[in-house]
Amino acid sequence: MSEETDVSELPAPLAELIDEFEAVGPKDRLQLLLELSEELPALPARYADQPDLLEQVHECQSPLFLAVELTDGDIHLFFDAPKESPTTRGFAGILHTGLDGQPAQAVLDVPDDVPFKFGLAEAVSPLRMRGMVAMLSRIKRQTRVLLSG
Amino acid sequence: MPYPTDPSSELAEYAHPERLVTTGWLADQLAGDHPNLVVLESDEDVLLYDTGHIPGSFKLDWHTDLNDPVSRDFVDGEGFAKVMSERGIGRETTVVIYGDKSNWWAAYALWVMTLFGHEDVRLLNGGRAAWIAEDRPLTRDVPTAQPTDYPVVERDDAPVRAYKDDVLEHLGKPMVDVRSPGEFTGELLHMPDYPQEGAMRGGHIPGARSVPWGKAAQEDGRFKARKDLEDLYLAQQQLDAGDDVVVYCRIGERSSHTWFVLTHLLGFGTVRNYDGSWTEWGNSVRVPVEQGEPKEPQKV
Repeated sequence: MSEETDVSELPAPLAELIDEFEAVGPKDRLQLLLELSEELPALPARYADQPDLLEQVHECQSPLFLAVELTDGDIHLFFDAPKESPTTRGFAGILHTGLDGQPAQAVLDVPDDVPFKFGLAEAVSPLRMRGMVAMLSRIKRQTRVLLSG
Repeated sequence: MPYPTDPSSELAEYAHPERLVTTGWLADQLAGDHPNLVVLESDEDVLLYDTGHIPGSFKLDWHTDLNDPVSRDFVDGEGFAKVMSERGIGRETTVVIYGDKSNWWAAYALWVMTLFGHEDVRLLNGGRAAWIAEDRPLTRDVPTAQPTDYPVVERDDAPVRAYKDDVLEHLGKPMVDVRSPGEFTGELLHMPDYPQEGAMRGGHIPGARSVPWGKAAQEDGRFKARKDLEDLYLAQQQLDAGDDVVVYCRIGERSSHTWFVLTHLLGFGTVRNYDGSWTEWGNSVRVPVEQGEPKEPQKV
């Protein structure tokens, strides 16, 4: 983790998001996060009807549930978080936009400190970043389980 | 001149009705010219304000605005003056704070403003949820304030804030632990469904009573009626308005809500919030810790 993350080695959509966040100041970063929270897709019926299939990320400040699917070698992500928790939804939105549809290995190769590359720690406080770190680690853990299964 | 007290009958029973306003009163004030009244929103989620807020209100974030970014303390007088000035608040301004989660974080912000001796600061009873439930207007427009020359006031912690050493001296006197029952007994190291925020030991400060903060709030986020609050704290917990009381939780936010209830709704004269709370006590070497169910409350 001490090595600097090389953004060029990240999945392209994730690297583009980092560029977008880096290009603006802290206030506009919050606006970007808000937009991502609003663009987070709703759960498909197969999860909405069976919430037990989702894993809860306890490290988030507000309830967040996620599921990971592996289809033809690509990872697909599903999130559920209440509208009253836009920060948590925004974190999920970053990971959805950046990682959904990527090859499983590319997801596993994402460094664990990527959540800190968006310049959000100063905008939302480092304390609140923990939720996104935990989401990423659970996504990677589920991906490993899917690959081995 | 401070604003008059909201005369609504539902507030009149409380010890200090001037510390609360109703949604209707606030809407009436905002409908006309309201110089010297500023509304602040303070939430757990730092983005909630941006999804829509009471027109004309400013965001006040408990973490990025009120906490010192380096040491575990609140901002100093200069930092506080800047936060106030940027929101158009002068020393004489009437400030109304509202927020999510039954005003949990709003009460914390009000308590911090009390440390700086801001005289007229009130809560919107029911907070954000009550305003929205009544279909009152929200906007995404962020207002621009005319900066003020808010004075640099030295924080006066002693009357309403307890440090760890104060709590050690306070052992044996009334204390209220406002965390969940599982955190009180020591079974849980953090709130149910919330992240573990780093306590080495579970349990409570010896002698503390267990009154989860949410017991003071109704379903709709408003405070319970005075007689219900008296039943909870005076009858059941054997506390008295003349007692010297310390309240605590995990980092001092939930206990701000109880501090507000005891101080302003029930008129207790000496209530201090121990904001170090369990994340300090539960990590401290050689402080006494008690585990298990609460004991039968006794008059001290």
